[in-house]
Amino acid sequence: MNMMSHVLAANALITAFAAVGILMWISGAISKYLTFGRIHASAIAIMLGLALAFFGGLATGGEKGVADLPALTGIGLMGGAMLRDFAIVATAFEVDVIHARKAGAIGAIALGLGTVVPFILGVFVAAAFGYTDAVSMTTIGAGAVTYIVGPVTGAAIGASSPVIALSIATGVFKAVIVMIGTPFVAKMIGLNNPRSAMVFGGLMGTVSGVSGGLAATDRRLVPYGALTATFHTGLGCLVAPSILYFAVRAIVGE
Amino acid sequence: MTISGVALLAICTLLGGLLGDLLGAALGVKANVGGVGIAMIFLIAGRLWLIRHGQLSHGLKTGVEFWGSFYIPIVVAMAAQQNVVAAVKGGPVVVIAGVGAVAVCFAMVALIGRLSGRVETMDEIEARELIEANVPHFKSGRIG
Repeated sequence: MNMMSHVLAANALITAFAAVGILMWISGAISKYLTFGRIHASAIAIMLGLALAFFGGLATGGEKGVADLPALTGIGLMGGAMLRDFAIVATAFEVDVIHARKAGAIGAIALGLGTVVPFILGVFVAAAFGYTDAVSMTTIGAGAVTYIVGPVTGAAIGASSPVIALSIATGVFKAVIVMIGTPFVAKMIGLNNPRSAMVFGGLMGTVSGVSGGLAATDRRLVPYGALTATFHTGLGCLVAPSILYFAVRAIVGE
Repeated sequence: MTISGVALLAICTLLGGLLGDLLGAALGVKANVGGVGIAMIFLIAGRLWLIRHGQLSHGLKTGVEFWGSFYIPIVVAMAAQQNVVAAVKGGPVVVIAGVGAVAVCFAMVALIGRLSGRVETMDEIEARELIEANVPHFKSGRIG
């Protein structure tokens, strides 16, 4: 047992790869067999990650979730700001500018609204719950955009870990509601053609939420929604820690 | 070479981070202003440049795409190291902001759809394409 924990601790980052991989397998199985593909494996994995962080925090009394357990310190490196920003930037490589033109002006409007509107709503909810500093309000507002924009923004402007955790949870919760809720409201919001699917993708953001929700509604609409949704995170990472943060700061002060 | 892709990604990330910090300093805030977003723009521009000059090799693509495909696992690791115990005290924020954001966005989808007039539905498009089946057409369905 001692030898085992020594190996795990000595290879911290490798241990983290193995641990996260196992978590992804479990999430894949839950997604397939318990939700019948309704909820994306990635969303389940992030929720499990947050749940583990909760129990890890209770067990160790620390502030860094499971990364406070000696065997799992590698999680701290793997999920730290350095590798996170690296991997998120890499996703931009799949953005096809020629494809982007297809979405046109209506896609751009949807993207803009899809970033600003949830942000404002998130900021107001944060204010209602007593987060009155610009950094926390911006981070929670960014979390309402997507679960990536939230922590990227929070890290960039120096938010505390509990606030960043809140912003991740908000974004994941949003993605899950989109996945489950879309088929039920599809008819009401006119989600039966490529153009509305592109508007939907731009407004909702999170590729996992959009592709999951559209797949459950009408498989043929998925590529159109994913087309605009892929720009959502990039746009959010660009404007949330800059223009939107300054706007919040200008209104509420430091 | 795979390393050229990883290096390109690294250079873009570093440049973005540097410009984000500089922008923050210029604006008088202790923050990285949009560094990740700026880095993404560099990478998109870099990819376009490489395609235009015929330099986008398979190895280079592999190097960048590996890290891109790694981002969900990294986000899971990030979630697993947050101070969730402290965040749980603010629980209702998550539910209210999440539900609110989705509800407002659903409404906007409906609104934009109504304002911009009627278009062919997916069923109508397929029906028309069936009639025009003798005319060659191409369909792409790649999902990101």
